Amino acid sequence: MLYFTIRRLGLALLVALTVSILAFLLLHLSGDPALALAGEGARQADIDMIRKTYGLDRPLAVQYADWLWHILQGDFGTSVYFKTEAGPLILSKLKTTLQLGMGALAFALLISIPLGVLAAIYKGSFIDRICLAIAVLGQALPNFFFALILIMIFSISLRVLPVSGSGTWQHFVMPAIALGYYVAPAFMRLIRAGMIEVLGADYIRTARAKGLPARKIIFKHALRNAIVPVVALAAVQLGYLLGGSVVIETIYALDGLGYLAYQSITYKDYPVMQLIVLLLSVLYVMLTLAADIANAWLDPRIRVS
Amino acid sequence: MADCRFTPVSPALSFCRITPLRALAAALLACATLASQPVFAGKKDDTLRMAYDQAPESVDPYYNNVRIGVIIAANVWDTLLYRDPVTNEYKGQLAKSWKQVDDKTMEFELREGVKFHNGEPFDADSVVYTLNYVADPKNKAVTQQNVAWIDKVEKIDQYKVRLTTKEPFPGAKEYLSTTVAIHPAKYYQEVGPKGMNAKPVGSGPYKVTDYQPGKSITLERNTDYFKDSPKAQPKIGKVVIRFIPDRQTQMAEVISGGEDLIMSVPKDQAEQLGGMPNLQMVTGKTMRIVFMQMNIQEGTPAPQLKDERVRKAIIHAIDRESMLKNIVGDGGGLINTICTPSQAGCTQEGIETYKYDPALSKKLLAEAGFPNGFDIDIVAYRERNQTEAIINYLQAVGIRAKLNFLQYAAMRDMIRGNKASLTHQTWASNLVNDVSASTPVYFAFGNDDVTRDPQVRDLLGKGDHTIESGARNAAYKEALDIIAKKAYAVPLWTLPAYYVTTKDVNFAPYSDELVRFWDMSWK
Repeated sequence: MLYFTIRRLGLALLVALTVSILAFLLLHLSGDPALALAGEGARQADIDMIRKTYGLDRPLAVQYADWLWHILQGDFGTSVYFKTEAGPLILSKLKTTLQLGMGALAFALLISIPLGVLAAIYKGSFIDRICLAIAVLGQALPNFFFALILIMIFSISLRVLPVSGSGTWQHFVMPAIALGYYVAPAFMRLIRAGMIEVLGADYIRTARAKGLPARKIIFKHALRNAIVPVVALAAVQLGYLLGGSVVIETIYALDGLGYLAYQSITYKDYPVMQLIVLLLSVLYVMLTLAADIANAWLDPRIRVS
Repeated sequence: MADCRFTPVSPALSFCRITPLRALAAALLACATLASQPVFAGKKDDTLRMAYDQAPESVDPYYNNVRIGVIIAANVWDTLLYRDPVTNEYKGQLAKSWKQVDDKTMEFELREGVKFHNGEPFDADSVVYTLNYVADPKNKAVTQQNVAWIDKVEKIDQYKVRLTTKEPFPGAKEYLSTTVAIHPAKYYQEVGPKGMNAKPVGSGPYKVTDYQPGKSITLERNTDYFKDSPKAQPKIGKVVIRFIPDRQTQMAEVISGGEDLIMSVPKDQAEQLGGMPNLQMVTGKTMRIVFMQMNIQEGTPAPQLKDERVRKAIIHAIDRESMLKNIVGDGGGLINTICTPSQAGCTQEGIETYKYDPALSKKLLAEAGFPNGFDIDIVAYRERNQTEAIINYLQAVGIRAKLNFLQYAAMRDMIRGNKASLTHQTWASNLVNDVSASTPVYFAFGNDDVTRDPQVRDLLGKGDHTIESGARNAAYKEALDIIAKKAYAVPLWTLPAYYVTTKDVNFAPYSDELVRFWDMSWK
């Protein structure tokens, strides 16, 4: 198990590194970074100065190697846009994104568990189809569009929630819903499938034969078993939610990692962009690893195999 | 139904029916009750809230290249001179008076008794230290163009300084009255640009009381602002600028009362918002000119453009007046030369103009050997609806233009790589109301020059470095005349700016697109 974990960890780092190389190259494809950094009104003198200052006149491979060498020494570079240390800058935004990710995950579970259970109980019926429709809608609606609908309802019509910003916990409600709704269908389908399978199992039939109340059968016997794979999925989805919050954070002007990623792409802030990509890919891979371990722990059959 | 036995795929049990619904109801209830009323902007708490889509990389005016940076700078810092936004007349701001000693030297008599926000007194040291620091390329100011013309600044006495330019530079007063902010010498020496960004200190009508990079900046009225300043005494107590990247979110914020002012709103959306009971749309002129570049260099992707008749055909094909009226909107104005009409040295007098005449356009194309027109790419980066209308006009005379819409940096890369033939461009001259900040960028053999006429370059160079205004204007006029006669570019119009504000605020737009908080008040 230890050997397996270490091997997975090594592989994970390799993946992160590959992603960072890709990100590094892709950013350079979208135009001259010095020009983008200088801004629209910049004249040639400004651009030349920037090119020289940030070493953008060197070959790409040299720039990448230089960056990697510094990372390995614990020097994460300075944001070329905000002119502050990239490491602390990213850490300061991580909290907002984590709050948003956890909130979204909580919301996703909050709606997907009851809907999944309901759909399983009424498999094939009208209620099942309604639940399925809710799920399909969640994945079909682009989340920026859903985010705007939420703003229209809660901020413009009802005026109960602030449109944007991250000052109070109220600011997180709409973003968490918008983000959570997108991942909820995956949970819902998993729970529905699991529940259908479990509900047909012998021990449930036994429980029913014993005359146990339905509430106890569903929540104590069936759901507990059906939820096992959800734990693993939740870990992976959290990784997605952290990386996938770019659009939502931008729309709600939440000052998190997603918004910072958006800014760093817009302003060609290479050190920050590369660090975010690296951090997110490492985080994602770690969460997948955690999910694997959790799975093995929850389900002895996986451990044996 | 008291017996709530479970039967798979069965008629429901009351309990089973309710539980999930109960959970959903609880969730919805939570959503509804968790929300106390959000804080709304407005005159009640004497706080003007503004949203802007871009965050400045640094608040120090010498270390950012974005419009919001210029706006913050004008409200927080003062400059030696001040240009009246209406009359364009220069007035003394931190300088009491000034004189041109010779072609390269200016002397400034400074104002006494002015204090910076941290209490540090303003004197010659502030000017000398700030300008020598930012003009030194070692210190990596990102607004090089604003300071690169300064050779040195010397202290004559405590309230008198002498500024020397590298070459005769008639545009100096323009920069000194707009973008060349003065920092407190002692503080700037201590903390440098980094510290100035973290805790900005100026002498302007507003002081920065809170700054969260990438998120928001809070300005408060400087109650000790010096009384003789040509900027008015600030009336609004507090200004909070938040950086909201998404346009729709900004609009939702003003609709819901979360923000009081947004700018650069697209015309149609501004009109919609302006129709709301609590909002007003304000339209203003800007210095931003819109034009088309035509690449006639060696290796241009469209050699057709090398023929003067083809270039003229393109100009004749576009109904600028109709586009101005129907698409560009109020506040825009036609231009016939590639410069902002208000800029010193920019003239349209006696310059060749081209009327909308599609028949003539077709005739010219036929004469040039293209009776059936030709295919061409048109590169653009903003005002897409305008480019699309232009394409329609070009297609009507047989020029089958195809839109290539790009990010600004990518577009500029293409132009500089000689890969763009026809470009839909705009330029705002960074507040500088002098032709040296516009025409030479595109016609003086810089990287963005795709025509490269040495005669035009020499004339523009002469204008840039001649102090005597008669000779200067004559040189520029001759250059502009050649550009027009040879149809090197298509002059279109100046862009209007649309602002949306709450009805509670008195707001006047200026053509430099500078939001002057000191000029605003509550109704």
